[in-house]
Amino acid sequence: MIQNNAPALVPLIFLFAGIIIPLAALKLRSSAYFIALGATLASTIVSISNVIFVLDSGPVRYFFGGWPPPIGIEYVLDPLSAFLTAVINGITLIVLIHAGKIVEKEIQEHRRVPYYALVMLFLCGCNGIILTGDFFNLYVFLEISSLALYGMVAVGDKKAPISAFRYLIMGTVGGGFYLLGVGFLYVHTGSLNMADIKEILPVLGTNPVVIVALSLMVLGFGIKMALFPLHGWLPDAYTHAPSASSSIMAPIGVKIGAYGILRILLFVFGIKFVTQVFPIAQILTWFSAAGIIYGSIMAISQDEMKRMLAYSSISQIGYIGLGIGLANPYGIIGAVLHILNHGLMKACLFLVAGNFRMKLGHSNIKNFNDTLRKKMPWTTAAFAAGALAMVGIPPTVGFFSKWYLALGTIENKSWILLAVILLSSLLNAVYFFRIIEKIYFRSPSSKQEEKEHQSRKGTEVAASMLIPTLVLAGALFIFGLLNTIIVKGVLMKVLPPGM
Amino acid sequence: MNMSDIYTSAVPLYAVLVSLAAVPLIILSAKRQNLREFWTIAAGVVKFILVLTLLPGALENRVATVRLFEITPNIQLALKADAVGVFFAIVASGLWILTSIYSIGYMRGLGEHKQTRYFSYFAVCLSSTIGIAFAANLVTFILFYEILTIATYPLVIHKETKEAIYAGRKYLAYTLTGGVFLIAAAAWTYQLNGNLDFVPGGLLQGLALTAGTAVPLFFLFIAGVGVKASIMPLHSWLPTAMAAPTPVSALLHAVAVVKAGVFGIIRVSMFIFGPDIMVQFGLNRILIVFAVITILVGSLLALKQDNLKKRLAYSTIAHLSYIVLGVGIMSSTALIGSLLHIAFHATMKITLFFCAGAIYVHLHKENISELDGIGKTMPWTLGAFTVASIGLAGIPPVNGFISKWYLGAGAADSGQFLLIVVLVVSGILNVAYFSPIVHRSFFRKGQEQETQKEAKPAMVIPLVLTACLSLVFGLFPNLFFSFFRLAAQAVTGIFGGPLP
Amino acid sequence: MLDFFAGHYAYWFILVLLVIGLYGMIFKKNLVKKIIGMSIFQVAIILFFVASASKWNATVPILEHGIQGEALVQYINPLPHTLMLTAIVVGVAINGVAFALIIRIYRRYRTLDENTLLRNMKDDTE
Repeated sequence: MIQNNAPALVPLIFLFAGIIIPLAALKLRSSAYFIALGATLASTIVSISNVIFVLDSGPVRYFFGGWPPPIGIEYVLDPLSAFLTAVINGITLIVLIHAGKIVEKEIQEHRRVPYYALVMLFLCGCNGIILTGDFFNLYVFLEISSLALYGMVAVGDKKAPISAFRYLIMGTVGGGFYLLGVGFLYVHTGSLNMADIKEILPVLGTNPVVIVALSLMVLGFGIKMALFPLHGWLPDAYTHAPSASSSIMAPIGVKIGAYGILRILLFVFGIKFVTQVFPIAQILTWFSAAGIIYGSIMAISQDEMKRMLAYSSISQIGYIGLGIGLANPYGIIGAVLHILNHGLMKACLFLVAGNFRMKLGHSNIKNFNDTLRKKMPWTTAAFAAGALAMVGIPPTVGFFSKWYLALGTIENKSWILLAVILLSSLLNAVYFFRIIEKIYFRSPSSKQEEKEHQSRKGTEVAASMLIPTLVLAGALFIFGLLNTIIVKGVLMKVLPPGM
Repeated sequence: MNMSDIYTSAVPLYAVLVSLAAVPLIILSAKRQNLREFWTIAAGVVKFILVLTLLPGALENRVATVRLFEITPNIQLALKADAVGVFFAIVASGLWILTSIYSIGYMRGLGEHKQTRYFSYFAVCLSSTIGIAFAANLVTFILFYEILTIATYPLVIHKETKEAIYAGRKYLAYTLTGGVFLIAAAAWTYQLNGNLDFVPGGLLQGLALTAGTAVPLFFLFIAGVGVKASIMPLHSWLPTAMAAPTPVSALLHAVAVVKAGVFGIIRVSMFIFGPDIMVQFGLNRILIVFAVITILVGSLLALKQDNLKKRLAYSTIAHLSYIVLGVGIMSSTALIGSLLHIAFHATMKITLFFCAGAIYVHLHKENISELDGIGKTMPWTLGAFTVASIGLAGIPPVNGFISKWYLGAGAADSGQFLLIVVLVVSGILNVAYFSPIVHRSFFRKGQEQETQKEAKPAMVIPLVLTACLSLVFGLFPNLFFSFFRLAAQAVTGIFGGPLP
Repeated sequence: MLDFFAGHYAYWFILVLLVIGLYGMIFKKNLVKKIIGMSIFQVAIILFFVASASKWNATVPILEHGIQGEALVQYINPLPHTLMLTAIVVGVAINGVAFALIIRIYRRYRTLDENTLLRNMKDDTE
């Protein structure tokens, strides 16, 4: 039965693709892109069928090498992991279709083959993190994905290696804290298996060691997910990475950290522990809220579009952290739905930024004006769609994230958090309408500027870039209108037991 | 309580979608002006006919309902054409046809740029306005309300001057903030009740609310819909938004957008909270206080505006609060007055804006101090202007008198005689700020410009028509669209009592 | 109290190492020193795992047939040690990537000092 082995299949597909790409490239260089695309397509299909399978017949546990836990490593396909793998693989598939052309422009030829191998390893890591049921195995995947990501950032523009180095230092600290937390947990419980630890923890009761372990793990993932104030690495990394990397990282990279926190807090330690015994959920909520406001305000003052989107990501990741920290059904639904929604929005917007870079050679907001709309009507329309979604105008996906999170805050009677969510959508409006105003209503201010724009040849980007952008823009509306199907069909089953 | 008879019909959906469907056609025929404008007019006529087919049902308390799909657990994306909704939809869609004809004259007369964009977003605005009218629950309402916010933005900013861009920013800042409050209020209501349907007589009725919940919730709602209804102190976007082309000011900033806000107040007060809860927690008094302040201050501010459109804007602010006042009085008579004022203020104010636009296109004058003697040049336009301003002051036989009469009668019924004084004072103020315009244009001598005669027929005919409508409704309020019966039907559904 | 400190002296040593490592990573201005700090940080964690599994008078975990119950205590838990083999591999990989990155940084900016680097970066507009 393929489905019984399904949990291990997705990471393995990417792992093999990562190995095959350099080998195949010895024969035929251009094959790298297509192998990467094929692997992503295959794993998207597998992970979507996994979602259907899990919803039909319940979670699947796969024991690596046939060793049952707690001795062996297990992979768990439950609704949460199935849904998230489907989300990240699906979004990456669309982004990779777009990436073909822009990688050719931005990355030197001899680096393309390793680049695609790195992308595969990164995805292997991401899927592994989500699917594994073992804390140490998770650490290994976390470092695999991070290492691949450092490389993916470093091939960017001239300043990229410095950004990558900073990211590496921060990322290693994060990974180290997480590993230390795992160590404490292991010393205390004698197990590394999530399901096992979940059973053992209530028996052992509260203990400072457990609290230290939990704090260290959350701190580690907090760095990986760029939770305020641990976000320092993110803006530079997003800005200087090549467009293809930033459009892969932004929608899914930081979400991995969010997933880690969600899994640890609510599924392993349990809601009662994280809200009452040691209120780390509330702490997470307040830091997230601070991040939401900080990210939005910083985004307003950015002139470079990718940098603005990076700060916006810090703000949006706060939504997810806030939803997890609320620790009630609406909050969790909002958070997990926002992982999907923000993935779609950010992917769409980063693809737009990529399209601008492809045609203009820059994505500097100061130089935008309405010739951009005349030359690239579809790309700018996709931008407008993404902007509306970020502001949260119904029926786009952004509105529904906001809606469920607002319901969650009201359920906890956290009025300040409600205000934060709503205020941030207004701040989003400030920095997105600033661009819309320029693209749609600002004529070139000087003759010279006008000439410069006239002289650039070409209009829209190629179809292989435009279609993914538009698909994502359309998805913002479709997933918004059909959110109930996802919420009722999948997310209500994602909730941790006892909700 | 008389139960309404619900039947499934897709007509409300078609009525919403028809102008949306016109958008691609408008864009595709961008190069051929006449064809493009044909689509606008055609969509307007079809929309109006569709809305009218719902009228007989609404009059007999049969409500056409269409449920599409679940948009959030337990909440459907649903439209229903009840009496109040049909009332608002008739006003908005009927006046859209006239505005479209007028727009053609206006835009071509000025040689405006980007007309395709203008007509497309106008169509989107109308779709969402009808959506607001027919929304069966708060989520559907918010959906269209926010789309209306966004679709109006390119129209406000149309001229792309510094002033227009500033107006656009201010407009967005106000309305998006309002939208956010509305979402918060809706989420809170959903948490209280698990349901957001508009129920005549109040969704929350029978729920054990405390003042600690009801009052803040009501304030959230009012902050949400009050921005578009431009209740003071949330009004200041409206005069600024007059930077938009005049047809936009006429239809959107006198009818569709602002009335959507007022309509929201009716939906919230009568269909979410319901009269009982409103009175129990004194929420209606809150409305009355805000309305009275807005009426008086708005009228006073109108006095000192020299820019004609700004004066009209402040007058709109004051008149919108007439409607709010009628809701706050909480009597069936006053609510009838409110509903009638939605329609009647629309016909009168749109006339005034049309006149202002005609004067601007024809003579390039937009300040009142420049209007000396233009009555001779543009007799029809200024005639219509006079009729409408008489109506707004509440003088018979123009329709403004009727709605004001019901408002006053409602106030008297419930013993709030002070409010009658407010209405009278505001009537006097109306006279005070409209009469100088009429006086200047007819009785002062300006520079002789005998060569110039009336503006283009595409502009004059709509404004004369709306002025005539104002007169006709003043004499026969039930003619054509049975406005009075429709309003009475709506009010019966809410208060449950016999017709007054 | 003293017992608590004395009994866990290995852990206090590890904590000191951890802090030294973090200090080096964050406050040292030279990129190579940052990497040294990072290595110390990683080693501290590895030592933590290893120390946690240490046991006096115990033997290698090769299970003889038939031994059960009390006698099992005679063996050392091998799992933390094996885990740390993986962690060491991960650490080596991270160091490798880090050195590769600073080689690229050095080739472009001819410095590894963070302050100079920041200054050079400002001049280096694209």
